[in-house]
Amino acid sequence: MTSSSVTRTPAGASRAAVEVRLEELSRHYGPVVALDHLDLTLDPGELVALLGPSGCGKTTTLRLLAGLEDADTGRVVVGGKDITGLSAAKRDMGMVFQAYSLFPHMTVRQNVAFGLRLRKVGSAQRDKRALEMLDLVGLSAQADRYPHQISGGQQQRVALARALAIEPQVLLLDEPLSALDAKVRAQLRDEIRRIQLEVGITTLFVTHDQEEALAIADRVGVMKDGRLEQLAPPTEVYSRPATSFVAEFVGLSNRLPGEVRGGEVHVRGATLPLVERDVPDGPVVALVRPEAVTMASHAPEADSGPLTGTVIAVTFLGATSRVTVDLGDTTVLAQLPTSEATALSAGSRVALAIRPDPVLVSAGTDPATAAAGEEA
Amino acid sequence: MAAVTSVGETPAPTAASRPRGMHARRQRRMNVFRYVVFTVFGLFFLLPLLAMLRFSLEGPKLGTWSLSAWKQIASYQNTGIPPLLSAIEVTLELAVITSVVTLVLLVPTMIWIRLRVRWLERTVEFLCMLPLTIPAIVLVVGIAPIYNEIQHFSLSALMLFWIYVILALPYAYRALAAGLVSMDVKTLSEAARSLGASWLTVMVRVIAPNMRQAILNALLLTFALVLGEFTIAFLLLYGNVLQPELFAISRNTPNAGVIFSTSFAALLFTFVLLLILSYAGRRRRGRG
Repeated sequence: MTSSSVTRTPAGASRAAVEVRLEELSRHYGPVVALDHLDLTLDPGELVALLGPSGCGKTTTLRLLAGLEDADTGRVVVGGKDITGLSAAKRDMGMVFQAYSLFPHMTVRQNVAFGLRLRKVGSAQRDKRALEMLDLVGLSAQADRYPHQISGGQQQRVALARALAIEPQVLLLDEPLSALDAKVRAQLRDEIRRIQLEVGITTLFVTHDQEEALAIADRVGVMKDGRLEQLAPPTEVYSRPATSFVAEFVGLSNRLPGEVRGGEVHVRGATLPLVERDVPDGPVVALVRPEAVTMASHAPEADSGPLTGTVIAVTFLGATSRVTVDLGDTTVLAQLPTSEATALSAGSRVALAIRPDPVLVSAGTDPATAAAGEEA
Repeated sequence: MAAVTSVGETPAPTAASRPRGMHARRQRRMNVFRYVVFTVFGLFFLLPLLAMLRFSLEGPKLGTWSLSAWKQIASYQNTGIPPLLSAIEVTLELAVITSVVTLVLLVPTMIWIRLRVRWLERTVEFLCMLPLTIPAIVLVVGIAPIYNEIQHFSLSALMLFWIYVILALPYAYRALAAGLVSMDVKTLSEAARSLGASWLTVMVRVIAPNMRQAILNALLLTFALVLGEFTIAFLLLYGNVLQPELFAISRNTPNAGVIFSTSFAALLFTFVLLLILSYAGRRRRGRG
């Protein structure tokens, strides 16, 4: 099935956003499986972010879609047309790279107009379109500068303008923000989303930064070992992770030993519902988000509660603070409102509680580490 | 966080707390060392050149000055020796041909290898470096039968360009390789490909223009090599090129000043060329 929706580019030309389908894509590098029968569909005009650790196959997916590499098996279908055998030059895709990719010998304007020049667009029209695109990314004042005369963030914005100037069917973003500093990264991230929505182009965004992926995408695909672990809207990926890998990779998780009995998991005196209903009874490790851990009482009288412990550290994060509590046999992270956390300091005694949100469990009893995953 | 330095303990000196005078003294010592090295090596290179220049300006009597050796560059001719000016012309033509052929051969090959067949890079590098390790006399012995055939078709000294291209390979290769390493060829070519460029367009419009400085360096080295080459031209019996001609003059004239004026002029020419190419390399902006 092919679906498409008509969007309007800033240049005023009508263009249909297309559906992108990757079917059974596989890619091996010698004995290493980079992509393992991957199926992925991007709806017209949708921004899908692929997220995963290094070597999970997210960049390979993007490169196979761009035609920069050949798949061992599988098909790439864009707008209902099989383009698996087409070279990169004929795929009609705009791409922004992780490394700065502007042509150093050309001005910003010439860079943006390069693709149009190859398409034999007249000089006047080429210039007009290049300036429109530069206007879109807010850099028309820099049109006659050379890449080395503008900042890294500006270079990536020009690269985005260059990719969009040819009115591609699909926009591919290969970790375009990873070389930038935090502030510029956040600004440009929002700008990319604004432009993508304005242009209405189907976009695949590859990143290893979960904050970026969760902030920018319509859907996030979490990859591991060449396979998609979960493809869902950001809120679902975060709050209802499909697998323990997703739970651990996206956001922070406390790994607490517990026991499944009658479709519920009992963790340190708390009874929590399960995400997966069919978990057999027995010992497990429950993955509990820090924000599901709340403070029951400050300076508790009784020391015997299973969630009573000593504060090791309080990390100020703005509206919330992260409190690390030593429970004696394990350490727990709790994300509390800063107003509550300010009363705590290293050495304070505190009693915690776990909110009864559905949790994922992994088999076994060894929590390995108290907290896993990266900061969201 | 608890304090880590206990009472009575002396903190280790930090970079910021180190006496500034020590740093300044060290800096001064380094500067003196730099100037001494620069002066010694400067003299090592300059003194022979100055001696050469002085000799070329020697008048008929010892200790006098004269421009006659320089004037003779344009007019020198002797029995059995072709005119010096014609040898200079031939050598310059040879330098141009050799440079062009070397670059036409190497630039696309190296870009292609870098882009598409990187596994060949080491092999090609090894082949290009080989002439550096083979003595000129061995090269001549190996190539003489081929030149016998070439001389059946043409006796022109310009035919030396075949072997000069081989001689220039190591220098040109290294200069071009440095240029290729200095840019992200893979990303630039992939960016161009995604915009619709063919492989030819990638090479001609994207990679080659960014190698301008490297190409100019390769050009300069090839030029300098041709201007200074003696052994092969002499052994293959091509008399009408600069260095064998100067050698012939030195054996046939009592006024050796012309050899030194011509050699110095050749050096000066290479130096000016170097300056021009460096300047041209810097003026890389403005076109695209």
